[in-house]
Amino acid sequence: MSRIRSAFEKLGKNGQKALIPFITAGDPDPVLTVGLMHGLVAGGADIIELGVPFTDPMSDGPVIQHASERALKYGVSLKQVLGMVAEFREKDTETPIVLMGYLNPFEAMGYEKFAVEAKAAGVDGVLTVDCPPEEADQLLDSFTNAGIDPIFLIAPTTTSERIAKIASVASGYVYYVSLKGVTGATHLDFSEIEDRVNEIRKQVDLPICIGFGIRDESTAKSASRIADGVVIGSRIVQEIEQSDCQSAVKNVTAFVTSMRRAIDG
Amino acid sequence: MYDFPDSRGHFGPYGGIFVGETLMAAIEELRSVYERYRNDPEFIAEFERDLKHFVGRPSPIYHARRWSDHLGGAQILLKREDLNHTGAHKVNNTIGQAMLARRMGKKRVIAETGAGQHGVATATVAARYGLECVVYMGAEDVKRQAPNVFRMKLLGATVVPVESGSKTLKDAMNEAMRDWVTNVESTFYIIGTVAGPHPYPMIVRDFQSVIGREAKSQMMEAFGRQPDRLVACVGGGSNAIGLFYPYIEDESVRMTGVEAAGDGIATGRHAAPLCAGKPGVLHGNRSYLVQDENGQISDTHSISAGLDYPGVGPEHAWLKDTGRADYAAVTDNEALDAFHALCRFEGIIPALESSHALAHAAKIAPTMDRDKLILVNLSGRGDKDINTVAQLAGIQL
Ligand SMILES: Cc1ncc(COP(=O)(O)O)c(C=O)c1O
Repeated sequence: MSRIRSAFEKLGKNGQKALIPFITAGDPDPVLTVGLMHGLVAGGADIIELGVPFTDPMSDGPVIQHASERALKYGVSLKQVLGMVAEFREKDTETPIVLMGYLNPFEAMGYEKFAVEAKAAGVDGVLTVDCPPEEADQLLDSFTNAGIDPIFLIAPTTTSERIAKIASVASGYVYYVSLKGVTGATHLDFSEIEDRVNEIRKQVDLPICIGFGIRDESTAKSASRIADGVVIGSRIVQEIEQSDCQSAVKNVTAFVTSMRRAIDG
Repeated sequence: MYDFPDSRGHFGPYGGIFVGETLMAAIEELRSVYERYRNDPEFIAEFERDLKHFVGRPSPIYHARRWSDHLGGAQILLKREDLNHTGAHKVNNTIGQAMLARRMGKKRVIAETGAGQHGVATATVAARYGLECVVYMGAEDVKRQAPNVFRMKLLGATVVPVESGSKTLKDAMNEAMRDWVTNVESTFYIIGTVAGPHPYPMIVRDFQSVIGREAKSQMMEAFGRQPDRLVACVGGGSNAIGLFYPYIEDESVRMTGVEAAGDGIATGRHAAPLCAGKPGVLHGNRSYLVQDENGQISDTHSISAGLDYPGVGPEHAWLKDTGRADYAAVTDNEALDAFHALCRFEGIIPALESSHALAHAAKIAPTMDRDKLILVNLSGRGDKDINTVAQLAGIQL
């Protein structure tokens, strides 16, 4: 059974929701990434979304754009990201890791080669933001062969026809984008989100996680009531941005701990 | 028969739709609206009326006799898109897209711009139709194309300088995409070149094809035959495809797109994806890109803001691979020489973008017989560039 699936099964048994923090690999410095990942788990993360830096992050707001820029100053490549995952796996063989990025670095490496090396490094799922299922045939073949879960987004604007299409190829979980906009935006309407998530459940047989705009205890709590998991990105990246290298792990762990309490409480 | 793109926007392995899920519905809506209007007689009639009375089409073909004589080879003919209202080919497309925006009930339009010509052309149609207009422009380009920034403001547009990345056209496009995804219900994104996700490369091509259609009949009228060669500059590739497309099945006409070699391809400081890049995915489609071995997009360089872009329209990638068109690159200095030559020999100040096409024509003309005809797309006028050219000469305007 995949790590992602067993994580959700365990959560389900305990009546808990998944806490899924996001950080960008290599931000603020590649030597800190593995430590930050362990810190996320120490704070109560169930799954880690690890951003693959890209020069042109079209779906991201300024906070995650800057994280990408900081990582790219060190020339962090997809290959190096896989190295970080492998290093993380030396001490943690349980926490699922989902890479999140834009298609071109994966394409440059070659889907087949990437999928094989990613699996070997300990990657469990991959979300390529700018690759809808219609364009994903080859990518999906490589993931299926390697045993990697393809994670897809569903948006407020997604039609039920497309939800069906996404449901037919997604595995692991689906990621419901809680607002129209880029990462880091902040206007959430939870009653609307709840209606949508309930609609999506009729068509999708996977855990549904909510992300975009979750930034504090109250939004995390509201989201966790509705969905099976909560993704927190920009707010954590902000925590990293505002910390120095010595305090980053401590501050991020503390923040994740507070989110854990909010969604468990 | 040449019948591209396919129903999902592919030109062979290129093109397609590579965007975040939130935009998929808007793209599908645009696709179906365009499908409905592209052959609608009323829509076409309105488009043609506007091209005639607002843009001033047809644009003439002009025989650059004195320059051709000086070069001592093939005759150089210029398709005068510089004479269009707003000074470039860009307006052909913004009129068409604004007509679609109005039919979709959108009250707000956004655009990315490099040289500012597409921004000006968008601001122009927005003013005319009373639409709110926001133009994203790299902070670097805001500096080097200051006259166009002011023109956009005069026309009532909001110009947003983009400070991220290389602060040029690609970053402006990223920011426009972010705006679109945030305001997708109210906003129509008027893309300025044959790039972006399907159906944009097709829509922009269709609107710009007026250039080649006119050229075909004008050539017959004035010269009794078609040109031997077509030459056009390629940034995203809209003026080039506009000229090429009606000629695609006319295999006796050789078509050459000219990219920006900047300081020279070997220096790495260029904007020539077709000549020196490899395929990848950016800004909604698969095409050739200037990128590094890790798939990160490289910073590009060109003296001309409108060509300073790491990608290129997917149809050009396909035309390159199939060999139906070929692609060359000329350096900043070669483009500048051609810029000055056209000023002095013909009394025409060309855009720096168009000067790349002129420079290539100047290279090949002397290798051809005097009775051969090269039709160059003079995509825009150079008024916007006089600051850049003066600065290079050490002159403060
Ligand atoms: C005059 C002129 N020519 C050419 C271009 C390049 O665009 P494209 O390759 O889409 O024609 C521009 C872009 O700004 C332009 O202003």
